[in-house]
Amino acid sequence: MSEQTVYAIPNVQTPSMPVIFDPNVCKGCNKCVETCPIDVFIPNPKKGAPPIILHAEECWYCGCCVCDCPTPGAIKFNWPLPLKPRWRDKESGMAAQL
Amino acid sequence: MATWHEYLINEGRPPAWPYPVRFGQEQEIDTDVLVIGGGIAGCWAAISAARLGVRVALLEKGDVSRSGSGGPGCDHWCNAPANPLSRVDPDEWAVHMADQPYSNGIGIQIQCREDYDTLLEMEQMGGKIRDTEDEYVGAEGRDDKTKLMISPRYGVRHSYLADPNMGKPDYNPPEKRNNVVIRVWGSTFKPALKKECLRLGVKVFDRVMGTSLLNENGVQGARVVGATGLNCRTGEFLIFRAKAVILATAGAGSMWLMSMEHGGYSNMHSRNISGDGTVMAWKAGATLTTMERSGTIGIATGLKHKWYTGAGDASYENVPIVDAKGRRLPYPIQGWEDAGAMVASPEAERRIREAVLRGEYELPFYGDFPAMPEVERRATWNLMLGEESTTKILVKTLKDGGFDLGRDQLLSYKLIEGQSLPQWREAGYGGGLVVDWNLQTTVEGLYAAGTQMFSPQDHSYCAATGRYAGRKAAAYAKEASGGAHISRDQIEREKNRILAPAKRTGGIEWKELHNGLTRAMQYFVSEFKTERLLKMGLEEIERIEAEAVPRLFALDPHKLMRSIEDLSMIENAKIIIHAMLARKASSIPLGFSRIDYPELDPPEWDKYLTLKLENNRIQLGELPQRFWGDMKRQYEAHNRDYAGVYAPEK
Repeated sequence: MSEQTVYAIPNVQTPSMPVIFDPNVCKGCNKCVETCPIDVFIPNPKKGAPPIILHAEECWYCGCCVCDCPTPGAIKFNWPLPLKPRWRDKESGMAAQL
Repeated sequence: MATWHEYLINEGRPPAWPYPVRFGQEQEIDTDVLVIGGGIAGCWAAISAARLGVRVALLEKGDVSRSGSGGPGCDHWCNAPANPLSRVDPDEWAVHMADQPYSNGIGIQIQCREDYDTLLEMEQMGGKIRDTEDEYVGAEGRDDKTKLMISPRYGVRHSYLADPNMGKPDYNPPEKRNNVVIRVWGSTFKPALKKECLRLGVKVFDRVMGTSLLNENGVQGARVVGATGLNCRTGEFLIFRAKAVILATAGAGSMWLMSMEHGGYSNMHSRNISGDGTVMAWKAGATLTTMERSGTIGIATGLKHKWYTGAGDASYENVPIVDAKGRRLPYPIQGWEDAGAMVASPEAERRIREAVLRGEYELPFYGDFPAMPEVERRATWNLMLGEESTTKILVKTLKDGGFDLGRDQLLSYKLIEGQSLPQWREAGYGGGLVVDWNLQTTVEGLYAAGTQMFSPQDHSYCAATGRYAGRKAAAYAKEASGGAHISRDQIEREKNRILAPAKRTGGIEWKELHNGLTRAMQYFVSEFKTERLLKMGLEEIERIEAEAVPRLFALDPHKLMRSIEDLSMIENAKIIIHAMLARKASSIPLGFSRIDYPELDPPEWDKYLTLKLENNRIQLGELPQRFWGDMKRQYEAHNRDYAGVYAPEK
């Protein structure tokens, strides 16, 4: 097993991932960095890479980063676990959750 | 690799701050009209001022394209009685809407007269206000000629409360409806407003928060001739000189409730609203009123996880609610059948609860979309729900997650999530600046719009009053003299105040300070108010100021911005407590109950209480109900030159 550095990192913010970037689709244009009214993201120092989520827990879940993204599929909304909507199939009664 | 810790693990170091750090550096800007706050009211103010040919600068803490509570969207344009489908007279409707204690008749009159013109200008700029693609032909409320779509809200009456006749076949017939509320595609609005600001040459300062107003010669109460700002990405200090300033920063959203973890998610408004404008105006000597008003935040879990605050949810608004067995519940649903009522009477709530406990209805409840006619379902989902502020993403994410509107019922959280705690309060829709018929505050050169004024209303109100304040401030700026003396001492004091936390690397961080304030408010400024409790609250907040604030630290410009927001909230909280101490009576419309003065709304207290600073001492005052006079006559006297809908240059 190769040696891996384990860093001493404070607890990760909760929630830590209000959105999920697809690094294969995202072009790193940083439109979401500019759209977000809260500054949840900062540009990635690596050009072309998805932004870094810096202030995850300040997100107010307005969704504008996803709705205004010019590259379909680059960024997906990710409701925190306790907040995911639930529904059921009216006929079968089968329950579902995001 | 999109999170901070993944970056650290992969790169072996944290990312450097991505923007230039300019703590202490200054930039000076000279303009005619300065607008502070780039939400709905601020954008409209900037646009209407710029259209009159003056130089305009616009400050916004976020980015104007989506900032503010109305940034993500808006599903209905309220109170547009001048629209062609309306069945009411705008002036009569305005009197009717303002006919409640502690309302703002000036703002309501402006809204009722000019809201439809404002909407038409929104359309000129590229906002979508009609069903131009014929997606909703056959939907109730759709007018086939204009393609405008009337909202179920305010059907035959404007109350949110259910009517005893609700549900009867002739209760809300189409031919008797007021038709004053129009469905809109509000998610198209904010980017269009920003585009128009830029087209008109408005100097937009994104990521800049206003921190203080500059009075002439630095004298509190003297004419306002500028403001200071902080760049939230660089820490740069900005000094604006202006002939007129319009405040449009909205209220304070999280003074009673702040989740340490979901910090952005503690109320229904944008995380960024923190009462900055109210406090700036206060320190500049402007008069505030109804600051003692507060209400419970309708968030039972303490988090906004549903349609708005938890008062409604994803299976609400025009959607029938059924129990686990599919039986329809007698809740009003803000739909056509109940004329837009959204709140059940306490009696109806009690009956439903008892029926649940007897087993006559079974939990949980669901929003029964499949039971709705197809076109109503789509209009409700895509417009009424999908365009409502932060909900477009919810509609999209549910669709992507497999939710099928024609097949599925969405879970309702009624009863199972319990009640919102009474100490979780908010003042977002209460106190604000006293204004005159020009929307000028009591300080010369300082104007207010939207939620910055006392007793404000919603999105379209902010739009119409912003547009109005912009034209009045521009007219003032054209006449006002330039070159007013600004006090360097005032600027230095402000600069030292806001940069202090950036000079420390340890102590108390903004979240702890914010949370400490909310706890003090929950304990001492709760539903139980007495002289002793309120004074204990004031003492605790003053202790926080004396002991915690000098230890406040901010590691970067963003955290400095949040820290300065905390300082605004602390000052705002103190104003609220002083106002609460001053009102020695209880009041239903103000959401105000004093245990030591239990009499509800006694006639001698049927008045607005006002507060202002004079030589840094609080001066109390009062104004009578309806102090604005005859609404129609006053409006007309002040708007003889009103030019109606903007005619863009060819």
